[in-house]
Amino acid sequence: MKLDFTPEETAFRDEVRAFLKEALPGDLRRKMIDREHLGKEDIVRWQRILNARGWAVTHWPVEYGGQAWTPAQRYIFQEEMALAHAPEGSPFNVNMIGPVLCKFGTPAQKEKFLAATANIDIWWCQGFSEPGAGSDLASLKTTAVRVKDSGGDHYVLNGQKIWTTQAQHADWMFGLFRTDSSGRKQQGITFLLLDMKTPGITVRPIETIDGGHDANEVFFDDVRVPVDNVVGEEGKGWDVAKHLLGSERSGIARIGLSKERLSQLRALERRLTDDGTLTPAEQARLAHKLAEVEVELRALELTQLRVVAADAHGGGANAAASILKVKGTEMQQRMTELVLELAGPAGLATAPHDPAGGDDAEDGWVAAAAPFYFTMRKVSIFGGSNEIQKNIIAKTLLGL
Amino acid sequence: MDFELNDEQKMLQEMATRFVSETYGFSQREHALKSDAGWSREAWAGLAEMGLLGLPFAEEDGGFGGGGVEMMIVMEAIGRGLMVEPYFATVVLAGAVLRHGASADQRAAIVPGIVAGETIVTLAHHEAGMPRHATAARTRAMRDGEGWILDGGKIGVLHGAGADRLIVSAQGEEGLSLFLVDADAPGLRVEGARGYDGVPVASVHLSGVRVGADALIGAAGQGEAILTRAFEEATAGLVAEAVGAMSETFDLTVDYLKTRQQFGVTIGSFQALQHRAVDMLMELELSRSMAILAALSLDSDADQRSRNIAAAKAQIGKSGRLIGQAAVQLHGAIGITAEYKVGHAFKRLTAIDALLGDRDHHLAALAEKGGVYRAAA
Ligand SMILES: Cc1cc2nc3c(=O)[nH]c(=O)nc-3n(C[C@H](O)[C@H](O)[C@H](O)COP(=O)(O)OP(=O)(O)OC[C@H]3O[C@@H](n4cnc5c(N)ncnc54)[C@H](O)[C@@H]3O)c2cc1C
Repeated sequence: MKLDFTPEETAFRDEVRAFLKEALPGDLRRKMIDREHLGKEDIVRWQRILNARGWAVTHWPVEYGGQAWTPAQRYIFQEEMALAHAPEGSPFNVNMIGPVLCKFGTPAQKEKFLAATANIDIWWCQGFSEPGAGSDLASLKTTAVRVKDSGGDHYVLNGQKIWTTQAQHADWMFGLFRTDSSGRKQQGITFLLLDMKTPGITVRPIETIDGGHDANEVFFDDVRVPVDNVVGEEGKGWDVAKHLLGSERSGIARIGLSKERLSQLRALERRLTDDGTLTPAEQARLAHKLAEVEVELRALELTQLRVVAADAHGGGANAAASILKVKGTEMQQRMTELVLELAGPAGLATAPHDPAGGDDAEDGWVAAAAPFYFTMRKVSIFGGSNEIQKNIIAKTLLGL
Repeated sequence: MDFELNDEQKMLQEMATRFVSETYGFSQREHALKSDAGWSREAWAGLAEMGLLGLPFAEEDGGFGGGGVEMMIVMEAIGRGLMVEPYFATVVLAGAVLRHGASADQRAAIVPGIVAGETIVTLAHHEAGMPRHATAARTRAMRDGEGWILDGGKIGVLHGAGADRLIVSAQGEEGLSLFLVDADAPGLRVEGARGYDGVPVASVHLSGVRVGADALIGAAGQGEAILTRAFEEATAGLVAEAVGAMSETFDLTVDYLKTRQQFGVTIGSFQALQHRAVDMLMELELSRSMAILAALSLDSDADQRSRNIAAAKAQIGKSGRLIGQAAVQLHGAIGITAEYKVGHAFKRLTAIDALLGDRDHHLAALAEKGGVYRAAA
């Protein structure tokens, strides 16, 4: 048993660190530190820098642009990205549709989409959830009816998706549609790719409590999708979706993000102590809370590393991913609570303001603290809610 | 011992609750938020009409002489509606400063306007780079003949941009003092913003603002004592508002558990969610108890009052967070949309913890005082 990275792993870390120092644009770094909303153009710009280095889609198979990294290397890469305040690529491109097409795509689909997806020449959105199908995704109802007419062989889509992140910017959607409702609800679901410019698609934005407009409703009114756009087989979309949802285990707890937030908290602790905002009693209490959260973060980090190591030896229980998801999201949410508490009543104003003529860049965190706290409530809801994860753990680990 | 409301209080409760449910639903609130001012003059006029703007002021000042329990009743109704109008800012907080500090002449000049819904007054006290909830300020008050000159900056001023008059705290030779400043006084600049809870906030810049001798509230150097008293009274109101917002959040969540279907059953049939809802209920009941304690403590001796009110604020800081977070979680994605009330209640509960000292602040204060229970003599 040994905790340290090997010399090779350390050298790898240094290489990643040096690259990020050199390649990450300063304005993007600043936005990340201030928790500012990153626009599509920001994410695309950074993804292309990574892609040029060959690091945009590292966990894809090597033949499609991935890297033959060990789980430890993947872990190091993610951690260094977070600590350097590098934005994450579009998860829909990088973690979802890309790996799905690598595994299930036809040669023509791979040819058409993979390189464009890695470079975000195509911006994807995910059309899974519906008003009546959230945790119970398989109960989805939006229909795709196969029709052969003068326009060719295609599906006609009718119904509605909801919570579709970034649909307003998306070029393409990957989604689940019902092609057959005669059997079990998991059967008769088909995984389709559709061009968002297809006639009959309407996108309505939904405002979220952090003031953002990234969520949408998407309505389908006789939308025609060529049959060539089926991924996997008709009626076997659930298998494809399961592959997609069983996301990458090496990064699920997002330890790097939490560590980055911790370093922000430590910096704020110093600043607010020096400028007199925190009373001695508040300083003591904050120090205690930060110690508490560090203990938990360290425990989580080691647990994550144990899972990574188990993966390297080709094993480990599947419920480990659920444990890391629950604990990792709780940790991320806890970090936002601590920043919120530090912002205090000055954080009430959501528009950045400049009371004492101070340095705007320095104070961005105050206005961002509450919206960030609000928006991070989502991490325990999506990607399989934490209740659903606990159900999985109870069932698969405990046999209950 | 008696936890029952008397008949008048029941009538007040019935009236305030009905007013909110009938005239201040979610869409009316949305409408108010989207208006230029960000709040509803119409709702304000309605509150004035029912006499609620005068509730806590003495009868000789043109008010109705209501006490802590009456304030609790009204603030709970306001909390249920998540009302963004300046009731807390003007009637409760600035009002408490006037009640406990202002001279009869000052009250005669201001209170009738508040009661009629014509005058908005707010307290401008917090400053950047100062402890978040303190009775001290860096804004300076310099003697200028009979009057004063004020210089400095304030943040987090509730309804600052819509206020007709501000009560500004400033440090002078005698200590901290409070001054009434007209919103259009030369040298005063107010920069409005929207709070994340929908309530307007502002930063206020004072550069060479001249006020007369009659602007001083109480005596020079009395600011700290007046603020301490006013903060306690206002905190009791805020705690009651939190109880209203928590009750509304809880009711909406339980309704949702009973209607939302997943996996072919209502999600309320999942025990994991039942227990979360029960946790919410328990926190709500503890908070309600503390709101009553705070309301009934307003006339106790200073030591007991401050302990009880700090305890109440600490409790609702914890309960409000738990209830807000659980409500969002149990709703799933719909809990984080701005198109549904629960998310707004979550935000208001978050703001309430930050106002007038958060949970940590009050726990620290209690630790310093030796706890909630006074040691037996
Ligand atoms: C910010 C955000 C972005 C999203 N982006 C997308 C997107 O791009 N594309 C997309 O398709 N979807 C997206 N979603 C939707 C997301 O996948 C769903 O929110 C999620 O599946 C939960 O479904 P629901 O919101 O309908 O909640 P519900 O399933 O209705 O759940 C409500 C509550 O019941 C609980 N619950 C449900 N079933 C059980 C059970 N069996 N046992 C115990 N508790 C249970 C849940 O944990 C939750 O607390 C997004 C969601 C959010 C919040």
